[in-house]
This record gives sequence, structure tokens and C-alpha cells, in this order.
Amino acid sequence: MPSRPSTLIAELSYQCPLHCPYCSNPVDIGGERYRRELGTDDWVRVFAQARRLGVLQLALTGGEPMLRGDLVELCAGARDAGLYSSLITAGTLFTRERARALKSAGLDHVQISIQSPDPEDNDRIAGNRSFAKKIAAALVARELDFPLTINCVLHRQNLDRIEELLALTLDLGAQRLELANTQYYGWAVANQAALMPSWEQLQRAEAAVQRFRERVGPKVTVLWVLPDFYEQLPKPCMGGWGRTAMVIAPNGEVMPCQAASTIDGLAFANVRNHPLEWIWNESDAFVRFRGTDWMQEPCRSCPLGRQEEDFGGCRCQALRLTGDAAATDPVCRFSPHHDRVVQARELAPTDEFVYRTMKRAAGV
Amino acid sequence: MTRPRLITGARLQYDDVRSEHVLLIPEGVVKLNSTAVEVLELCDGARSLDDIAGVLRARYQGADVRDDVRELVEAMAQRGLVVIDAI
Repeated sequence: MPSRPSTLIAELSYQCPLHCPYCSNPVDIGGERYRRELGTDDWVRVFAQARRLGVLQLALTGGEPMLRGDLVELCAGARDAGLYSSLITAGTLFTRERARALKSAGLDHVQISIQSPDPEDNDRIAGNRSFAKKIAAALVARELDFPLTINCVLHRQNLDRIEELLALTLDLGAQRLELANTQYYGWAVANQAALMPSWEQLQRAEAAVQRFRERVGPKVTVLWVLPDFYEQLPKPCMGGWGRTAMVIAPNGEVMPCQAASTIDGLAFANVRNHPLEWIWNESDAFVRFRGTDWMQEPCRSCPLGRQEEDFGGCRCQALRLTGDAAATDPVCRFSPHHDRVVQARELAPTDEFVYRTMKRAAGV
Repeated sequence: MTRPRLITGARLQYDDVRSEHVLLIPEGVVKLNSTAVEVLELCDGARSLDDIAGVLRARYQGADVRDDVRELVEAMAQRGLVVIDAI
């Protein structure tokens, strides 16, 4: 039997007031496939099934999960099931009144995104005047004694503000800061030249994070991961395919990662039709790249014996850069396609964004 | 005098699927052995380290656990799971 999952990422809705140019949601979110969102009862049933399967951590995300009118009921359902719930929000709708109701219902943790520590820059990147609301939301979260995480997706146009971001995190009384270097799937592919950082930017940012950790200590946990495009060896994407985590799209399709819908030919079972346990253990999408039997060369005879360490890296990235989802992640220096990763660092930079919308944009 | 408490938002829970005690924290799960559970249950921000050791000493027929308790709590604080506010 496969290992038990510990994390469920519940994408409650792909609707969002923000238009971030690196949004990891699928580029066809406005299409027919995602029109019918799961109902309250569906989600609550799924939360209980997830707990029985082993899940302990629940991420309520989107899009913007605060757009769900039944969020309080969903948080209560999560608590009843015995899950630890995190709300992953842009913060613009996290008013004191709604935050209080979520707290009473049993929501455990609030994570608020910030696009830049500079108000104008934040609003430009988000494509929405949102900075002041985000700060207000963070203060409300602290006032109500929620543990607070700030997250910021990093790229060429905000990496140089890392010191300001660290200072803001401390000012807001956040417990965690998630610094997520942009990953190139979803809308980020269309914006790669506007987002790809330089090696020097990353080096400076990493040094700033290191200094902050030494100065502040365990009071604030800072997550920092070097982006794939500057790595020589792949990361264990999602902790390994179908190994620790699962993602449920707003329409009920269950996926091994947020970008798995980009892989043509994978069949995603839906929680409307199947119990979660069967989907995890036996459905096509989860079985396809689980473990190591599916691997091709050079993974199959990995000279570093890393098959059980990185699980071949990211399937979606392999597909995008090589045309084959079962290929070795080209981030790996042993991949015959590693030159494509190296070339991508050299893109001529631009400041122009293609913003995320519910309509498929030109060039996406 | 220090009165340790779990970090904001941390929750002790018994995972009946895996039959083990866990500390749930924002986006993390920490597996706990039985000693750690007993100590962390007493880290309520009201009891001092000596109070906690005293409760456990009474529970275990007078065994002196003060050093063990201090070590465990300090290790948990280093990992960002417990806050030790000086009073």
C-alpha cells in the first residue's frame, strides 16, 4: 500500500480579486471544466475522509478562499474532522467580523500573501489596490491571536526589497515567513522574462535571510528555497508524487500537485464520484508517477542513487521543458535537457506583466 | 523564572490513524514520544519549569526529572515550538 498522506490542499475557488502574473492556478480557470464548484456537504465529507486516510494538515486556498460564502462551515467541518486548518488568503476580504467567525469555527492558522513590502509595488504586481487591506488583515489576525504566516512569491521585480519584507514581517508579529521563489507553471510561464531573477539577486536575498535568522532566532521561521532554475539537482516535488500530499480542485478533481492538470492524458478522479481513499490508493493520476518504477534513464540508474530522495523531481516541469512528463526533471545536471534550464536564466528581462484573468490571455 | 508555553496556534493531538501523539503547528506535524507529550501538556504559560518537574515527579514516584524537562523544553524552544517568556 502507498504511504499515508498528511496534507490536503483544498482549492475552494479559482475566483480571485488579485491578478498576480505568476498565479499557479491553471490558465483555463474560466473554462467549462471549473464552472461547477463543490458544495459545502462535499467538502465536509471529504475532510472526514481525508482524516481517516491520515491527513492532519488542511490548506484552504484558491484562488481566494474568502470568496466562499460557506467558509465558516468549512472551518467547522475541518475542526470536527480533526484537521489543522490554514487559510491561505490575499487578505483583502479578511475583515474583523469574518475573522472572528472563522476563529470561533475553529480555523487554526492564517497565511496572508504580500506581493511586495512597498505599497505601490504590491498593488502593481497584484493588479489590484490591496496593500492597505493586507496589512489591516494581518493586524486583525494577530489581534485575534491567530498564528500568522506572511508569504511572498519572489521574482526579479521584488527580490531586491527582501530587507524591507523581513522588517515588515517582524513588525506585523508574524510567526512564519514563506519566501517562495516563482515556479514556472500556470501564468508564470507567460511572464518568465519579467520574473526570472539574476543569480546576484538571489545571492543577496539569501544572505539577507541568513542575517535575519541569526539576529531574530526561532521567534520567526523563514522558509527560503533556492529556485529550481539555479539548481543542479531536482527537488522532491510535493515530497514525491502521491506520497504525502494531495490537491483537490474547486470542481472536485483530485490531483497529486497544483499543476498536474497540465499533464495531458492523466485521468483525475472526482470526489463527487469516488471515495478519497480509492482515489489516493488506486486512481490513474496518483498511481502513474508514484514510487520509482515509472522512471526512465538517467533516473533509472541515477549515479547519485537519489531516486528515493528527489523522486525524479517535478513532472510538470519535465513535461514543459522536454515534452515528456516521465522524463528526468531537466533541473538535474544529468538530464540530457539540462541546457534548457541553463538557457532560461539568460532570458532578456522585461518589466511588462501579462496579468492573470478568468479569460485565457493571448500568449498563455 | 520561566513559564514555557506552546507557540501560538500549536495543538496537541492524538493521531488515531497512525496511533501516535503529534504536535500540530502552522503547516507542520511533529511526532512526539510519550515523555514529550507529558511535558508539553504542562507547558501552559502558567507553570514554571520547576512546577512541571514537580508534577512529573509526583506522577513517577519521586524520580528527579528536572534536568530532563529543562533539556526537552529548551530543545523545543530552539525548534520554534515552545516559547519561553522570562517573567
